[in-house]
Amino acid sequence: MASLKAYIATRALLVIPTVIILLTLVFFILRILPGDPIASMVGQKVPPEVLERLREEAGLNKPIFVQYFEYLFNILHGDFGRSMIWGKRPVIAEIMDRFPATLELTIFGFILSVLIGVFTGSIAAFKRNSKLDASMRIYSIIAYSLFIPWFGMVLQMIFGVYLKILPIAGRIAPGVEPERITTLYVLDSILTLNFDALSSSLIHLFLPSLTLGIVLSGAYTRLVRNNLIDVLSQDYITAYKARGVKDRKIALHAMKNAFIPVITLMGLQFAILLAGAVLTETTFSWPGMGTFLLERIQYRDYNSVQGAIVFYALFVALISLVVDIIYALIDPRVRY
Amino acid sequence: MMVAIAEIAERTEGNDNVLKIRNLSTHYFSRRGVLKAVDRVSMDLKKQEFVGIVGESGCGKSTLAFSIMRLIQPPGKIVEGEILFNGKDLLKLKDEEMRKVRGKEIGMVFQDPMTSLDPLEKIGDQIVETIQMHEDIGKNEALEKAMKLLESVGLPGDRVNYYPHQLSGGQRQRVMIALAIALNPTLLIADEPTTALDVIVQEKIMEILQNMKEEGRSIILITHDFSLAAEKSDRIVIMYAGWIVEMGDSSKLVKEPMHPYTEGLLESVPDIWLQKKIKTMPGFPPDLINPPSGCKFHPRCPHAMEVCKREEPPLIGVNERLVKCWLYK
Amino acid sequence: MKGIGDTMEVKNLATRIFRPIIPEAEGRNMVIAGLIIVIVILLMAILADLIAPYNPTKLAGRPLSPPSLENPMGTDNLGRDILSRVIHGSRIVLVVVFSAAIVSMSIGVPIGLISGYFGGKLDRAISMIMDSMYAFPSLILAIAIAAVLGPSVVNAVVAISVVYVPTYFRMVRGQTLSLKSRLFVEAARAAGAGNTRIMSRYIFPNLVTTAIVVFSLSIADAILTEAGLSFLGFIVTAPTPDWGFDLSSGRPYLPSGYWWMITFPGFMVMLLALGFALIGEGLSEVYAPGRER
Repeated sequence: MASLKAYIATRALLVIPTVIILLTLVFFILRILPGDPIASMVGQKVPPEVLERLREEAGLNKPIFVQYFEYLFNILHGDFGRSMIWGKRPVIAEIMDRFPATLELTIFGFILSVLIGVFTGSIAAFKRNSKLDASMRIYSIIAYSLFIPWFGMVLQMIFGVYLKILPIAGRIAPGVEPERITTLYVLDSILTLNFDALSSSLIHLFLPSLTLGIVLSGAYTRLVRNNLIDVLSQDYITAYKARGVKDRKIALHAMKNAFIPVITLMGLQFAILLAGAVLTETTFSWPGMGTFLLERIQYRDYNSVQGAIVFYALFVALISLVVDIIYALIDPRVRY
Repeated sequence: MMVAIAEIAERTEGNDNVLKIRNLSTHYFSRRGVLKAVDRVSMDLKKQEFVGIVGESGCGKSTLAFSIMRLIQPPGKIVEGEILFNGKDLLKLKDEEMRKVRGKEIGMVFQDPMTSLDPLEKIGDQIVETIQMHEDIGKNEALEKAMKLLESVGLPGDRVNYYPHQLSGGQRQRVMIALAIALNPTLLIADEPTTALDVIVQEKIMEILQNMKEEGRSIILITHDFSLAAEKSDRIVIMYAGWIVEMGDSSKLVKEPMHPYTEGLLESVPDIWLQKKIKTMPGFPPDLINPPSGCKFHPRCPHAMEVCKREEPPLIGVNERLVKCWLYK
Repeated sequence: MKGIGDTMEVKNLATRIFRPIIPEAEGRNMVIAGLIIVIVILLMAILADLIAPYNPTKLAGRPLSPPSLENPMGTDNLGRDILSRVIHGSRIVLVVVFSAAIVSMSIGVPIGLISGYFGGKLDRAISMIMDSMYAFPSLILAIAIAAVLGPSVVNAVVAISVVYVPTYFRMVRGQTLSLKSRLFVEAARAAGAGNTRIMSRYIFPNLVTTAIVVFSLSIADAILTEAGLSFLGFIVTAPTPDWGFDLSSGRPYLPSGYWWMITFPGFMVMLLALGFALIGEGLSEVYAPGRER
């Protein structure tokens, strides 16, 4: 296990350059791209002195490399600046208000997409070249092509408007919010044994996470199918059979092997999940990071916009680290 | 053909045969046509006998081995014949009954030890799982057994905690053998067990196989290496294009080969003592979807006659030997 | 044997690209289905002025009337004909994704080729930057760029192009790395071919089939990104018809049950993306037969 720790430490160190590249990228996009970010965000009809004041507030009037190092220094110290509206709260505090909602949505969406993808992909692989296989493959392409807001609205229409069995907006019914511990409503309601809050948050989560889950499952279906077919033709599967190991056990071994490339996909899928969450949140009026970002773009709150995007970048880097660690835990070839 | 089968049957009557294969055919069905990989093959294996099945790649020797284990995957299919193992016809067993035979009564060692072990499971876990599939014993007991098994194939017992990628090819092949004999099967089939290994390791692996025989098991060694089979096995079976073309005691078969194909094989074996000139056999193995008429070997045969092009030769018994060739009719 | 097969690669390029024409090629039906969808939508966009029954920005019936003979897809909240808006709405998305694909290809492909071919520190640096961009959620990157540049069609092209540069870069670099050590490239080098010649004559032609597959799949993805940006209001403003934007205009009317305002524009987004996804998936089977067996 010592080598596992060494591996994790090395991998964690590699996060640093990734983070710096991502932060530089964000800086480049927000400040160096043609055009004046403040002017384009504020619009043309603002008096020059107001524009100047806003620039100063955002620190945009200093030389570019000074801005760059200040920006890096502050972010690496956890200082995301202050919001430019409403009482000038620290951006990081505002993000922390909204991030748990996104995390809750993406975790559930993630779990659903993996479950659906592994299930459909395995069926396709084990029943290879059957009608079932063909339909799973068509499913994966259609799921991949679904436009999230549209699919979300179709679900809202069916379950919310016509059947009236599921809510179409919000995170929880007003007034039943659980006591705040982690701000993940589902977890908090379980921790406080608040079943009203639990059921309310789960039914509110259902449609948005199903939307995300189905759209993202397509990629897993395809990958699991192709990997599993690959693994099933490997010598060690025949060798298991030749030792009289039961088919059900062999299927489990095959799935474990087929799952390894899926873990790599999970890292990339999490980024897609975050992007999809922006659309899902908008569709379902979900008070998360995505709606926060769009709101602040509308309110021309430059610091919050920058903070939100930087936060996404850090989160993506963290996820890729976690994925690599999971990879090492499952695949002994990485560990030793 | 029928005469020959009757003859084998007669000759083996009363013997304690572990395996009797009768008229076995395994075909692969592809878009281009039917490939007869194993074509009406009959052979026997005695208790504690070491038989080498020799032939070029694609002659059907591995298909024969996989047919015995009933591990033929579509588009392949066993189309006819009997495989009598200790009296019961394996081809008539239900899937679950066959599963219990695999590993427990017949063990198999594969060609490529690098790809034949599950990369994600520890050696010990793979052995324990195999044991527990067939015997109702606890995990610890099975693990102890696993360590003893590894020691019996010349590996330290603590290798149970290793993952396959931490072992060399030779070590992995030892593990494969340990897995194959984990439940003390009476028959061990080794499909090119040393092809992927270097010469020194090869010798060690063969030694282990011979020990397995001394302990009372019957061994089938599938190989393309004539000299290896000649040196290690009691009897040799020569396969060509899905047929058994010759079989007999190793020493006699090497001393006086009867079938022109066997002769050709022997001439192409390098011999460092005799320093004789190596001849390579002319031509290539035939296309088994559209095999040559008559004797499948006739296009490459130096002694080919008119009849060889027209009719399939019978399997003829000559002094304890069987040969499928018109020359001996 | 390997050498012979290797040198034949370049010669067989044309046969490989046109493999989908072979009737028994695997995946051919997917390619055909995808092509039909894409061609129909392309024709719709080109002929929009001729085939749309109404002006997409003018009153064409009672507001919010359900599908009928006069308005086959109903009318929106301002009484505009949804069918006509759907037909005209195909134009911006096609222009944006195709222009963006051309821009990102003409940046990503040469950088990937050079980076993969020469390797070294520059390659490592470029790869790290591209990988970081690739790992970043593409729609959020596009939103950031569009927010800075302001909403317009041209800016949407810029935003989407930037997002897909790493896709092309990674594909081309990976292929170049594996191709440059192959026998036919070694042979060309031994025969005295220069770097430029090797890249243009031996490596690039062998990238083409993969590039076509990646192109189709990333177009499918870009369509969804365009629709997303448009839905969030970063591409067009009222009254311009665009599927993503029209979907967002229909959203407030959903709870009252006006299903036709959202159903049709969103369906078209999916259909167009599906068309390109089918072409890409089908082609990847056609070009790599056996892998999908």
